[in-house]
Amino acid sequence: MGEFCRIAWLVMRKDLRVEVRSRELVYTTVFFATSCVLVFSFAFVREGRPLAGVEAGIVWVALAYAGQLALGRAFERELGQDALRALLLAPVERSAIFVGKLLGIVLLMAIVEVVVVFLVTLFFSSALIEQAFWLAALLAAATVGFAAVGTLFAAMLARSQSRAVLLPVLLYPVTIPVLVAGVSGTIALLAAEPNLDQARFWLALIAFFDVVFLTLTLWTFEPLMAE
Amino acid sequence: MSATPAAEDPFDFEQVTVSNVSRHYGRRRALTRVSLTLRRGEVVGLLGPNGAGKSTLLGLLASLIAPSAGTVRYGDRTADAAGALLRGRLGLLSHELRLYPELTARENLDFFAGLYGLPDAAARVSAALERARLADRAGDAVQGFSRGMRQRLALERTLLHDPRLVLLDEPFTGLDEGSCRALASRLRDLRSARRMVLVATHDLDLIDGIVDRAVLLRRGRVGTLAEAGGTLRERYRAALAE
Repeated sequence: MGEFCRIAWLVMRKDLRVEVRSRELVYTTVFFATSCVLVFSFAFVREGRPLAGVEAGIVWVALAYAGQLALGRAFERELGQDALRALLLAPVERSAIFVGKLLGIVLLMAIVEVVVVFLVTLFFSSALIEQAFWLAALLAAATVGFAAVGTLFAAMLARSQSRAVLLPVLLYPVTIPVLVAGVSGTIALLAAEPNLDQARFWLALIAFFDVVFLTLTLWTFEPLMAE
Repeated sequence: MSATPAAEDPFDFEQVTVSNVSRHYGRRRALTRVSLTLRRGEVVGLLGPNGAGKSTLLGLLASLIAPSAGTVRYGDRTADAAGALLRGRLGLLSHELRLYPELTARENLDFFAGLYGLPDAAARVSAALERARLADRAGDAVQGFSRGMRQRLALERTLLHDPRLVLLDEPFTGLDEGSCRALASRLRDLRSARRMVLVATHDLDLIDGIVDRAVLLRRGRVGTLAEAGGTLRERYRAALAE
């Protein structure tokens, strides 16, 4: 297990180092998510008052699309110099490489989530931050599931010329239960009387999907990476 | 979870045997019934025109591509049987240099040394940078390097873990005269160290006198190359003219 974690850590650290140097993904995703929230704020805020209950949808739509952007680019980088093959040629468990890539995506999405939640709170006078703990739990759990499936599909499609089209076509149908549970859990938190029982139910559902998705993606990554 | 082979590797092999290997991409045949043997202490040239299947054969030997038919054996094991242990014994330098342009030369080598679980990684990386004549540029991002500098760094990355089987695809690309001489000397050192080396190249004059023998690939099949009777280029031209 120590060796597995060491390799995952190495891959994640490398990805973060590359991102710190290029800032390509963080700029693209944060800019996209910010634009998304701004556009929705013009559409859904009337005379200084936001329409009731729209914040949950805005948060999750912004995150899903920003996440998709990050997933696509994360593996295009490996293709630039065919570095993905160098990773696959290393004498390590390929699932550890997968976990390293996944952790890098999760961290990047976490940055976007902080920005989106802050902006939604600001523009929609939302009570999101009042339930910070449960919101963070919902976001963290959903991000893991979404990123696990997305990382697998992005890796699978890395060598496909139609990857930009195929990634969302594959990603959203599979991750829709996680996104729907995320939206429902957030709506429960934003009710006039926050319904924590319902939020916990949706959180448990997301956790269930996380277990299923992580198991399947760890199991299938190695065979799917074989040419 | 398995440890890296560099740390505890019982797997070694004296030869690699390619037996009747074919590889198809849909209806296109990249390789057809190719057979050859590589032995330790040998530097073998892999010659052939563009599209002959050289890179596909290197990919097969590197276990990155599975054969459509036939077998590749490393000693008595196949790639599937040897798994990660085999990958720890392979070094592949391909057309694409497989370096991260945003990272420095040292960071690139450090990363791969870490992946391979190499002992005394820092010393190995420093020695590799010296051999690549990049010690004074070790802290510079690779994206600022010339093709030749990147090629030298990629070669050192390929050899960092001291692989048994060394597969080089056009290793002389972008190298200046001094670097070509250094690479030729490196190939001789690898033979002295009893490594198996397969070099796919069009730079026939550069490898003439370095390779122990040459294999000709033509339209995915192994062709006949005279063992004597002129320079390597003359024999290659004669074989293609047949």
